[in-house]
Amino acid sequence: MILDPRVPAGNPSTAWARRTSQYRLVSPANRRRMTVIVVGTGLAGSGAAAALGELGYNVECFTFHDAPRRAHSVAAQGGINAARARKVDGDSLARFVIDTIKGGDFRGREADVVRLASESVRVIDHLQAIGAPFAREYGGQLATRSFGGVQVSRTYYTRGQTGQQLQVAAAQALLRQVARGTVNLHTRTEMLDLVVADGRAQGIVSRNLVTGEVDFTPAHAVVLATGGYGSVYFHSTLAMNSNATATWRAHRRGALFASPSFVQFHPTALPVSSKWQSKTTLMSESLRNDGRIWVPERPGDNRAPGDIPEEERDYYLERRYPAFGNLTPRDIASRAARDEIEAGRGVGPLRNSVYLDFRDAIARLGRDTIEERYGNLFDMYLDVTGEDPYTQPMRIAPGAHFTMGGLWSDYDQMTTIPGLFVGGEAGHNYHGANRLGANSLLSACVDGWFTLPLSVPNYLAALVGSEPIDLDAPEAVQAMREVEARVQRLSTNDGTVRPVEFHRRLGEVLYQGVGVSRTDAGLREAREKVVALREEFWRDVRVAGPADRLNQELEKAGRVADFLELAELMVLDALDRTESCGAHYREEYALPDGEAARDDEKWCNVSAWETTADGAHIRHLEELTFDLVPLAVRNYR
Amino acid sequence: MRVEIEVWRQDSPEADGRFETHVVEDATPEMSLLELLDRLNDQLAEGGVEPIQFESDCREGACGACGVTVNDTPHGPVPQTPSCRQHLRAFGPGRGGSPNLDSGSSASANLDLGSLLKLRIEPLRSAAFPVVRDLVVDRSSLDRLIQAGGHVDVTTGTAPDADDLLIGHDDAELALDFAACIGCGACVAACPNGAAHLFAGAKLAHLALLPHGKLERTRRAGAVVDQLDGEFGPCSSYGECVEVCPAGIPLTAVAAVHREKLRAAFRR
Repeated sequence: MILDPRVPAGNPSTAWARRTSQYRLVSPANRRRMTVIVVGTGLAGSGAAAALGELGYNVECFTFHDAPRRAHSVAAQGGINAARARKVDGDSLARFVIDTIKGGDFRGREADVVRLASESVRVIDHLQAIGAPFAREYGGQLATRSFGGVQVSRTYYTRGQTGQQLQVAAAQALLRQVARGTVNLHTRTEMLDLVVADGRAQGIVSRNLVTGEVDFTPAHAVVLATGGYGSVYFHSTLAMNSNATATWRAHRRGALFASPSFVQFHPTALPVSSKWQSKTTLMSESLRNDGRIWVPERPGDNRAPGDIPEEERDYYLERRYPAFGNLTPRDIASRAARDEIEAGRGVGPLRNSVYLDFRDAIARLGRDTIEERYGNLFDMYLDVTGEDPYTQPMRIAPGAHFTMGGLWSDYDQMTTIPGLFVGGEAGHNYHGANRLGANSLLSACVDGWFTLPLSVPNYLAALVGSEPIDLDAPEAVQAMREVEARVQRLSTNDGTVRPVEFHRRLGEVLYQGVGVSRTDAGLREAREKVVALREEFWRDVRVAGPADRLNQELEKAGRVADFLELAELMVLDALDRTESCGAHYREEYALPDGEAARDDEKWCNVSAWETTADGAHIRHLEELTFDLVPLAVRNYR
Repeated sequence: MRVEIEVWRQDSPEADGRFETHVVEDATPEMSLLELLDRLNDQLAEGGVEPIQFESDCREGACGACGVTVNDTPHGPVPQTPSCRQHLRAFGPGRGGSPNLDSGSSASANLDLGSLLKLRIEPLRSAAFPVVRDLVVDRSSLDRLIQAGGHVDVTTGTAPDADDLLIGHDDAELALDFAACIGCGACVAACPNGAAHLFAGAKLAHLALLPHGKLERTRRAGAVVDQLDGEFGPCSSYGECVEVCPAGIPLTAVAAVHREKLRAAFRR
């Protein structure tokens, strides 16, 4: 099947304005009779729920957290891009589109990126207004900085805690609607299934994590803003509770899953250095503005970094990519780091990292300036490692971070199930095969505040006057039974191994097989291992404790079970796509200089997967066309 | 290294709680407090005991989900650091948990690996935070404060250009000092009175410094203070809250509650 993204025909630059002027509307009096479910309270979820609530819809909002502010958007550090283009550094809306499309290695949807760029301007205005204190110049104007993959300065920030500030502001805006009674917020409640009836998404089945109660909530439309699945790798920069269950369950109900193998490995994560380490902490990419990345020239050099003279250091990014230097896009920086580590030039006790050095920046700008720019990141580094980055270089390594893949959606953010919408990292459309830094907060905010509140009502307009599905509708009863049976099966399985152990082992398989680089043989092996691990899981998982009260083992088991299904699809997609593009690097498909070799003849498209009821996988395609940014080989030299 | 952990177990909000004692033999100085609990849970599961329920999410100190009381101190012995960022290398031996504060650079060298570390781990304790299970508490009272007035009344799409509203560099930075709050609730747990003035004051001070929030400043102060008085204890300016705050919220946040309240009273 060839998928139609329903992009407005004609000039992509004006597509969004034309589309919004054609959207059908719902009158204010009818809005309160219509229910929209929003799952997730990150930037996309809080934004969509708050904005739809402000418009007067009856919003049911779900989060598995105890408070909306905890959603993982909170952990983003560096900033949010906006094509405001106020300076004379050559930035423009067009430049933003070029950077994003090129950064994504021509595997994103151009029209969606244009929308992202044009709405980015008022995103900053709105977030500032609802309480995010963006960094300011002494003249009182908004301050900006640069991020990887661009040569202009368009990233707005609040110290190293931009995500936190935006997320707290978004959660406040959401709670304002809770106080007004337009949003009904369900905390500590996890979505476990989607209810599809008459071919439309009509509600969700959720489990109250405190009481164990399984419930059905009907609605006219459902928005999933449940984040990415990078935590499938176990050691990742994601939060402990981040998971793929909501999107995966929707996928099993028929929503196609796009580009599951497109995973970004963040070049400035902290290396794994002990067996008990529970995650790989992220250090913001903004550090690459002032930090210089290097390794010793000689493999196995055991000297302390300060003892290695300048001429024996290899600033390999500056050497290989002189135009962008330390600010090359993430996929390239991660691959380059992996090359150095594999060549034996890695540093640190396990030789699995590279240096990120601030010596020169401190000498040039002074310690105070560096402290103001990155103070909390430096503190965090000291906490995690016990090493002081003001006096010795940081050690960094690629870590699983952001998933460009997600539920496939059309230009209106609607998935292949009518009435099921997607926002933020749970979706797929902007970032192609590699996301640029600071575009993630932006896409979540644009989806939540400025796309879904327009496109969801267009869908609802056709349903005005209809009641939500009955609580005892057969589809709802069936979905609830299935959820209850699954919970029962997990919690009574006669096994011996904790769910977290399966997760750890799955992560090892995935880093090995579907990591920074992939090969045909490695992927085939990974697939076998994933399938075997999944069988072992269902045979031997043990969930201690009962299902009728707070039970984190049970929560984890359900999430790992879904990861084990998703992982197979990730491997399959990586195996199927016989080209290298962005973060998807197949060693068989490389240019003579080692850079990714795209195959635009065959693969200038998005793979969107269907998983049938019996577990078979079918690949569909959306063809990509580029009108504003001509297809070209990426060049950051 | 060997760590003896006395840990709070409680099956449900209604049930009585109790301490259980366990020993982790293979703890390491690099472990965070939460990784120690991870390790203990592995051990418990192997022995057929149900793992300890505790909250954590980002494990980077941004989300505010984690927070346990260690040897009577919310978050643990290292001042102004969330539980997820407290590492065993910084803990001194013995019950007092006096942290080895300058252990940063030469971490394990300062730690006597043969010694026994004793930790008593329990939930954040406050009347405003009922225990849900084991180390997990219900902190929704904090969200009710935000709901009462800790927000700005701006409808999506109506904001003026953020570059047209000048905000001084230092004002923005000061607003950020207050906005840095991660909502963990340690301040409330540390307070002998169970007051939430540091949390509420941080929000009031943050929003009072920004132009958009200024017009509703009076109304906001009234609503937040009413909610504060209704669910939390009174503030006696002990300053215990500041000692444990992982976001470094200054004591002036507490003063902001009084200032905003007074200001609102005169303007009513």
